[in-house]
Amino acid sequence: MNDAMLWFLNRSTGFVLLGVLTATVVLGVLTVRGRAGSRVPVFVSRALHRNLSLFGTALLVAHIATAVADEFVDIRWWHAVVPWGAAYEPLGVAVGTLATDLVIAVMVTTAVRARLGLGGWQRVHQLAYLAWALGLGHGLVIGTDTGETWALVGYSSAVGLVAAAVVARSLAPHPTAREARPA
Amino acid sequence: MRERGADHQLRVDWPACQARGVCFELLPELIELDDWGYPVVGGPVTPELLTAARAAVHGCPRMALRLLPG
Repeated sequence: MNDAMLWFLNRSTGFVLLGVLTATVVLGVLTVRGRAGSRVPVFVSRALHRNLSLFGTALLVAHIATAVADEFVDIRWWHAVVPWGAAYEPLGVAVGTLATDLVIAVMVTTAVRARLGLGGWQRVHQLAYLAWALGLGHGLVIGTDTGETWALVGYSSAVGLVAAAVVARSLAPHPTAREARPA
Repeated sequence: MRERGADHQLRVDWPACQARGVCFELLPELIELDDWGYPVVGGPVTPELLTAARAAVHGCPRMALRLLPG
């Protein structure tokens, strides 16, 4: 595979990642608001949240692999987890690496959720917000398409969607605070 | 005849439960919701419902549902 192809794949996986991770975060935010009898059953949004996160992790592996394999930019395999020392765009790479590290933490703690207990798992899981934000910042800093209109539309829609989900969730009444349903 | 006490039982951890209703969606055969949305377990888990019961246990966002051997 030549470098141009790797570069195309790296950019495209980056943008698909933005969409997939945004959808994962939005679904996760809205799942907490879920209740029986809503239009989208909670188990559907939960399954989507889970499967999209797994798809996003696979994409992240591809995104990192194409960046490392591309000879044009000097990014080594260990920059996937160590957030310093990259010769090419050290800040942009480091922000992406931090996002990756947080994603790994979120995935690992979810895999051992039953052993970790609710409190510990939740505290780590909330770092997913930070991972998403860092990933978005990484794209803005290092992305070679950042100046394009379509890219800016993508970035702003991602921010808008997550913000809307968070607002919708905070406005919704707490599940246990709702009124008794008619018998 | 099935052996007495062989069926699994579902237990709700009440302080942890926040009435999200996921268990009701995953296991309506066995779980109903009371007027406040908290689960009411209808009885022991029969072998046919064991897979669905496990899904409900794993699906609970509050980890408030437990499956106990009979």
